[in-house]
Amino acid sequence: MDTASWLYMYMPIAGVYIFWPGLVLIGFSVGVIGGFFGMGGAWMVTPGLNILGFPMAFAIGTDIAHIAGKSMVSTMRHSKFGNVDYKLGFVMLVGTMIGIECGAQLIMYLERLGNVGSVVRWVYVGFLAFISWMVFYDYYKAVSKKKAGVVDGEHGTEGITWYKTLHKIKIPPMMHFKNAGFVCSAWLPIIVSFVTGVLAGFLGIGGGLLRMPALVYLIGCPTHIAVGTDLFEVMISGLYGAFTYSLKGRIELVAVFVMLTGAAIGAQIGTVATKYAKGYGIRIAFGIAVVCCMISIILKQFGYSVSAAVLILGTISLICIYIIKIMFVGAAQELRDKKMREQAGA
Amino acid sequence: MKKRCRPIAAVLILAFLLLPGLTWAAGGGEVAELVVVADIRIVDNPILRYFADLYNFNVTLFAVWAVVLTAAYGAFLGFLMDAIMKRTGLDLSKRTIVEH
Repeated sequence: MDTASWLYMYMPIAGVYIFWPGLVLIGFSVGVIGGFFGMGGAWMVTPGLNILGFPMAFAIGTDIAHIAGKSMVSTMRHSKFGNVDYKLGFVMLVGTMIGIECGAQLIMYLERLGNVGSVVRWVYVGFLAFISWMVFYDYYKAVSKKKAGVVDGEHGTEGITWYKTLHKIKIPPMMHFKNAGFVCSAWLPIIVSFVTGVLAGFLGIGGGLLRMPALVYLIGCPTHIAVGTDLFEVMISGLYGAFTYSLKGRIELVAVFVMLTGAAIGAQIGTVATKYAKGYGIRIAFGIAVVCCMISIILKQFGYSVSAAVLILGTISLICIYIIKIMFVGAAQELRDKKMREQAGA
Repeated sequence: MKKRCRPIAAVLILAFLLLPGLTWAAGGGEVAELVVVADIRIVDNPILRYFADLYNFNVTLFAVWAVVLTAAYGAFLGFLMDAIMKRTGLDLSKRTIVEH
């Protein structure tokens, strides 16, 4: 500690010395993954903060505040690509906010009844299993259709198309979401965001993990628009979360800023990588992340906390490397093509 | 598809109906309030000291500062990164959506 004391930073509120490059690295990794998948990534940050020696009481609040800032950086970049449908985002915000509050009230009610920790964890596992099944089944179906030569989606072959059935519900007011490219009843995004909000509040998570697949499969957003619009939602709910957690005294502002610095760089890589990735590439990587998250929760439930943390951190590293590779290979190709066009034009 | 969705919906509804019962069975006591006080005796930096003080004596103002500073720093980093990324020569204004 003495020889490398400059690598440790004092957290005045939590009252601990933390290895700050570790905070930057966590922020960077979550920035990459969050920018690519369109979610906050609280489930990835908490074990990392724990390993660095962060007290648990501060981990969640610090995490949420950092996610709000990081999502702001990612949303700005996605917005430039036209990946954010602000109209859809604002409509969903209504459902999300009311939903999260209802979910939080439900969990508080259950807490008064007794210890809900393990029940919540198993419900969480159930939903993660459902999401991963949905993602892989969708991929399998899309591949089968493509082999059969069926192209039914606007942007290529699609597997699960539940949204097409839901779009047939014509309860007014009907709304046109220009960036997302569809018309549907305003009640569809409101109800879907309400349900995902209730679940997010109940499970104590940001909700990106649930909202991103809901936007794709139930509302019918192209994957890239789902990623950008979800990040906009995460940004707003993250700022609200940062406020409430600060009121409860569960936030370490210095750590938020240090993590945010790394996250800003990571978010650029993750967001730009979506330009070079196909929608199904994003979905499959997301599915793998969800499966690993689910296994880690099961391990934690049975007392294998170290294995759970190792699994989560290993998953983060591998997915991060995969996304960074997509970004750099794609960017290099784009620059080569640009140079060739310039040479051909000269 | 309807047939496939029915058992999933039934399991979810059952899970929610069983939750109160399960929590009763799980037992456990009330969650204690956590009171944390920032130790300002070893904080030399005046800015950090101000925020640690604020945390101890006016948590509402501290919460407002936390949100404002997080948003401001996020926006600052967003613009800064945008300026840096522009110099890479990549076209960051459009993309093609291909699902499969």
